[in-house]
Amino acid sequence: MSLLSSAPAVLVLEDGRTFRGRAYGATGRTVGEVVFTTGMTGYQETLTDPSFQRQIVVQTAPHIGNTGVNDEDDESDGYWIAGYVVRDPSRRVSNWRATEGLEERLTRRGIVGISGIDTRALTRHIRDRGAMRAGIFSGDEAGLDAQTQLAAVRESAPMAGSRLVDEVSTTQPYTIPAVGPQRFRVLAYDLGIKSATPEQLAARGMEVTVVPASTPFERILELAPDGVFFSNGPGDPATSDHEVEVLRSVLRARIPFFGICFGNQLLGRALGFDTFKLTFGHRGANQPVLDVETGRVEITSQNHGFAVAAPLGEPVTAPQAEFGRVQVSHIGLNDQVVEGLRCLDTPAFSVQFHPESAAGPHDSRGLFDRFADMMTDSPASARA
Amino acid sequence: MPRRDDLKSVLVIGSGPIVIGQACEFDYSGTQACRVLRSEGLRVILVNSNPATIMTDPDIADVTYVEPIDPGVIETIIAKERPDALLPTLGGQTALNAAIALHDAGILDAYDVELIGADVEAIQRGEDRQKFKDVVESVGGESARSVICHTMDDVLEGAEQLGYPLVVRPSFTMGGLGSGLAYDEDDLRRIAGDGLHDSITNEVLLEESILGWKEYELELMRDHADNVVVVCSIENVDPVGVHTGDSITVAPALTLTDREYQRMRDIGIAVIREVGVDTGGCNIQYAVDPRTGRIIVIEMNPRVSRSSALASKATGFPIAKIAAKLAIGYSLDEIPNDITEVTPASFEPALDYVVVKIPRFAFEKFPAADPTLTTTMKSVGEVMALGRNFGAALLKAMRSLEQSGAEFDFSQRVDLDAPGVRADVTARLAHPTADRIHTVRLALASGMSIEDVHEASWIDPWYLDQILQLQEVADAVAAATDLTDDLLRLAKETGLSDHQIGQLRLTEETVVRGVRHALGIRPVYKTVDTCAGEFEARTPYHYSSYEEETEVMPREREAVIILGSGPNRIGQGIEFDYSCVHATMALSEAGYETIMVNCNPETVSTDYDTADRLYFEPLTFEDVMEVYQAELAAGPVAGIVCTLGGQTPLGLAADLKAAGVPVLGTQPEAIDLAEDRGEFGQVLDAAGLQAPQHGTATTFEGAVVIAERIGYPVLVRPSYVLGGRGMQIVYDEQQLRGYMESATEVSADRPVLVDRFLEDAIEIDVDALYDGTEVFVGGIMEHIEEAGIHSGDSACVLPPLTLGEAVLERVRSATAAIAEGTGVRGLLNIQFALAADVLYVIEANPRASRTVPFVAKSTGTQLAKAAALLAVGRTIAQLRGGLLPQAGDGSRLAPDHPVAVKEAVLPFRRFRTVDGRAVDSILGPEMRSTGEVMGIDRDFPRAFAKAMMAASTTLPTSGTVFVSVADRDKRALVLPVKLLSDRGFSIVATAGTAAVLARYGIRAETTAKHFETGAGEESVLDRIAARGFDLVVNVPGGRQERADGYEIRAAATSANVPLLTTVDEFSAAVSAIESLQRDAMDVRALQDWA
Repeated sequence: MSLLSSAPAVLVLEDGRTFRGRAYGATGRTVGEVVFTTGMTGYQETLTDPSFQRQIVVQTAPHIGNTGVNDEDDESDGYWIAGYVVRDPSRRVSNWRATEGLEERLTRRGIVGISGIDTRALTRHIRDRGAMRAGIFSGDEAGLDAQTQLAAVRESAPMAGSRLVDEVSTTQPYTIPAVGPQRFRVLAYDLGIKSATPEQLAARGMEVTVVPASTPFERILELAPDGVFFSNGPGDPATSDHEVEVLRSVLRARIPFFGICFGNQLLGRALGFDTFKLTFGHRGANQPVLDVETGRVEITSQNHGFAVAAPLGEPVTAPQAEFGRVQVSHIGLNDQVVEGLRCLDTPAFSVQFHPESAAGPHDSRGLFDRFADMMTDSPASARA
Repeated sequence: MPRRDDLKSVLVIGSGPIVIGQACEFDYSGTQACRVLRSEGLRVILVNSNPATIMTDPDIADVTYVEPIDPGVIETIIAKERPDALLPTLGGQTALNAAIALHDAGILDAYDVELIGADVEAIQRGEDRQKFKDVVESVGGESARSVICHTMDDVLEGAEQLGYPLVVRPSFTMGGLGSGLAYDEDDLRRIAGDGLHDSITNEVLLEESILGWKEYELELMRDHADNVVVVCSIENVDPVGVHTGDSITVAPALTLTDREYQRMRDIGIAVIREVGVDTGGCNIQYAVDPRTGRIIVIEMNPRVSRSSALASKATGFPIAKIAAKLAIGYSLDEIPNDITEVTPASFEPALDYVVVKIPRFAFEKFPAADPTLTTTMKSVGEVMALGRNFGAALLKAMRSLEQSGAEFDFSQRVDLDAPGVRADVTARLAHPTADRIHTVRLALASGMSIEDVHEASWIDPWYLDQILQLQEVADAVAAATDLTDDLLRLAKETGLSDHQIGQLRLTEETVVRGVRHALGIRPVYKTVDTCAGEFEARTPYHYSSYEEETEVMPREREAVIILGSGPNRIGQGIEFDYSCVHATMALSEAGYETIMVNCNPETVSTDYDTADRLYFEPLTFEDVMEVYQAELAAGPVAGIVCTLGGQTPLGLAADLKAAGVPVLGTQPEAIDLAEDRGEFGQVLDAAGLQAPQHGTATTFEGAVVIAERIGYPVLVRPSYVLGGRGMQIVYDEQQLRGYMESATEVSADRPVLVDRFLEDAIEIDVDALYDGTEVFVGGIMEHIEEAGIHSGDSACVLPPLTLGEAVLERVRSATAAIAEGTGVRGLLNIQFALAADVLYVIEANPRASRTVPFVAKSTGTQLAKAAALLAVGRTIAQLRGGLLPQAGDGSRLAPDHPVAVKEAVLPFRRFRTVDGRAVDSILGPEMRSTGEVMGIDRDFPRAFAKAMMAASTTLPTSGTVFVSVADRDKRALVLPVKLLSDRGFSIVATAGTAAVLARYGIRAETTAKHFETGAGEESVLDRIAARGFDLVVNVPGGRQERADGYEIRAAATSANVPLLTTVDEFSAAVSAIESLQRDAMDVRALQDWA
């Protein structure tokens, strides 16, 4: 059994702190930015969320793998995370939909993990010192001397300044048909898109064509969609100049726009705001967000390490004044971080959190309806 | 929107006495609510009949009515106080039902009282079975297929549609009272018949059986702005079929994928909106088919519940406190999270640990009761444990139960291949009982596959595998040649106690601990922070774990550690929590840092607001010592208080002192002097006091010799249990033989105590303080029932009703002599019996007693606070003029002092024999009450009437009384019956009793005993069942007659007809009835009596 006999593993942080535990999943070496997520359900969705590209994910929930993995809950085709840190992995799968155990899946997908460490101590360390580079060394690699391990961690690329979108974006466009009568055609930029997003769009009568991040604006003009969508994704938004330029063109063309997560950061940049790296980010399924317009609080699913620097309160003219006034539409109540932007003079809005919410609460799915309403109210075909 | 400024005063209804299904969790929630409302500047008016609560402390509410929770009484209070609003959602089903009754009677409208935190339509949509099903359906959820029935014909027809087995659930009851699973028509007639009666709307629901499905609960909150959060998910380890209060439960849910969990959450949110719970908390229960994932909504409680108390403790999200704020107008985002202080309450707690709750049962008190767990709740308390994983939390919770055999004995195995064994184990797995979890371990340890265990028990395979992993680690510990550092560390990380490791290594627990400490293997303490470490916690609410980093912060002030009382059980309940909470208040005021250790999630003591630091840990020597060491490392520790939490911490005092821990207050030596029979005898001899004659026997023959020496009847009990367990009055040699053969395991180590039983004695209870030089008598209570009925089950009155000053003086001087002789420092409780003018000392308890809060409420003196200060070196003289009165004591009360009556509340209606009949409701030397109420008024009859009403034995002022009394009591019966007859009651009696009454000129109708009736004749039992009487008096005699009246008592218990079983109580009741006929019940606040 795993508790009594399994290979050693060590997690090494770039500041030199180490945690010794047991190998989990594939053995070997992996490096990445270590971040924690506080979601208590939905590890399968987390593992397949492209936004976790190059990140070592710590699950604060101790028991992971209880329900195995199934054929329905993957959020993409890939297992993107760089490494996986859990406290008590399950060796028994208990769920009627399960098709495989989690550890088998991780091993098959080559995900190096570590288990049996004090994940709370690690989480508190990250909370206090910030997300940082780390490495997991298991099996033979666990035996390497500490200096070699630490050097390997410190040699890896830091998250700030990393452009990772190209590593996760689709290479070929594909189309998801509308469910029921088709009302709109939407072009979705895959910056690391999760499958729940086109599903939510399609469920509202949108035919969704998912395109690579590199798609030029001209292609949008050719396809003449009713709206453009920018997805979530990994990496530093400051590196996405191409996407920002495309977005500015979309805004100028007054094509209705909706962005999620990375898409929110890019809308911020397109409007002329800066983005910045949060100390340890927001990752979990319990984050309260105030919808400024309705005054209601929604419990949201979040996964972001960067945020937009925009003023809270009354609408302001965007630094890129051509786009008119903009308002911070959603505010994270834990720390007053910008969680959404709404243009008042341009048909565009975005949120930093995940209304498609897989995993996480479904409180904010109405935002997809807002996008549909926007396409009705500001038809792209009527643009000048 | 900030709070409403149109509300100036609020009436809060408490939950009354502790009963099964409604325990001190409502003191926790009610106390929180009162504090919140007061801090918001509202005038709080409280009504609660339970004196053992913190909420009825005079400084918690502005006006405190310790009065029956009865619509008529509450109307009187409303008329007097004219509150703007009524908050009914924090006092359990009792408060909610009272509020509905007030609404339905038009009282709320008449006095212009607004119901806040709920509205009547929403309550009905939540609690009325059919309306709730409609709600569920309208939001796209599913309910079990079912039929609503109002008559037995409906019931039988419904059963035909649905097929057996089926579940019967009465509407508007709490704790699943009256519900059950019917496998055939006989079951159905019985369960549904009772249910139709129990429901205040005469309504029961029959539904398809979802037996064996996974069961879940969500705790939700909603504010007036329609923000909804799910505070906690709870998963039952025991599948559907066992009441959630009787199930082992886990938080958060551990065997659901996100899709399934979110589906449940979506339904829950839609339901709370559709039901229309405007503000506040609610609890929704679900069943999930493990084969298909089909989700069924079982029911909801549109109020704060037992589960919400558990959820609050499990997550650090204070549901009741927030509910009170929401009720007065705040929204969730306007309320800060208590624990982080920087984030708002509009969020959903994330847990990075696992919480396990295990119920505690008291079947040993009801030997005739069927111990099968069903949909009717039977547990009397619960423990909660937090661990960083399920296994560790489970093991911790099991040892928190403090019952012998509650911990896994990993060395036990059976040979499944031996004839009949596999079938027997399988049958036990399929049959839910309190110790099924042990059978699960036994089966897995013996090699039964997880699949087979699951097939039999329907417990989720994931939990079974977790238990198997515990066994594997235990096996490794047992098998290893040497207990290495790594293996010992693994065993501790896994959650095994030193005791369990010792069992496996065939060595003493102390040896294991020595090795462990030598290797530096110590627990660390993690924090419950609501956010899985994302934000810093400001509230030190800790639990232990064997891993890397501890979060105990250094401190400068000297600390006092207070040990709580563990799970509620019969004999040790909320009264002890009251004393512990008072100790934290007094010590905190005196400048100490207070540290609470306890494992009972229902209590005020485990509210993280109560002490400066809270350790949610088992009360075992190992766990307490580790807390002590951790706190000693954090700063100075004055010592540990062991004398306020009842027998549990008291039992730890000697070991703690031996380990070098400063024990505050009464020392273990004094505890021994009071508790050891021999030593206590010497204390009494030295003081010239008498105990009833007694002896100690190790054989039947020895017992006979002693009994003959001291004379029958004798009281016999095993020496190794306290609190009246296994105690019996024996009238002759034959009964003595029966007792020795059946009731006890007798050996030289476990002798039987044989005491002279004092017949016709008055029992007296004293609570006193002693500081080494001065004695302060807190109160002297006279029992209403004669000696022989456990003091916890007996009604008592303060000031004493019939004792003269000469007797009181003897009681005072005896108390002083025992205090000096034993050398207690702090509280001392003594039970005396006065027989033939001789004062006997029955026993002395060197600790806070069950009656401390009652004495405090009736005399206005805070004994527990004073005791806590004596423990840290204050003297009675120093406390005078402050906590204690300037002069005098509780035994010298002014002549116009109000009379307070404490009455016990008994759980007989909860228990059924295997063949489905009510268990006997006769009182005896073994305590069986779960709670108590207080009636207070200017004289005894009025106070007693209130106490009876509060205990749900509402005395009639007219109607028909049935009387059946054993011969020896017939003489004593005549006068009270005559009074009733003169006052217009019709008297019905059995032939013998009627004949005696006739000779005294009292007309009584004669009725046939049930075994005397012919076919078609109505027996007394039929008449009781048809509620043909307003009061039943059945007093069994000394010997065999005790069993004879069983049928009558069982029928009265089943029909919920007021039943009196002693002549003393009957006489008291008659005086109360007279006073009730004379004038209406009046109310007066505690603050006005002072």
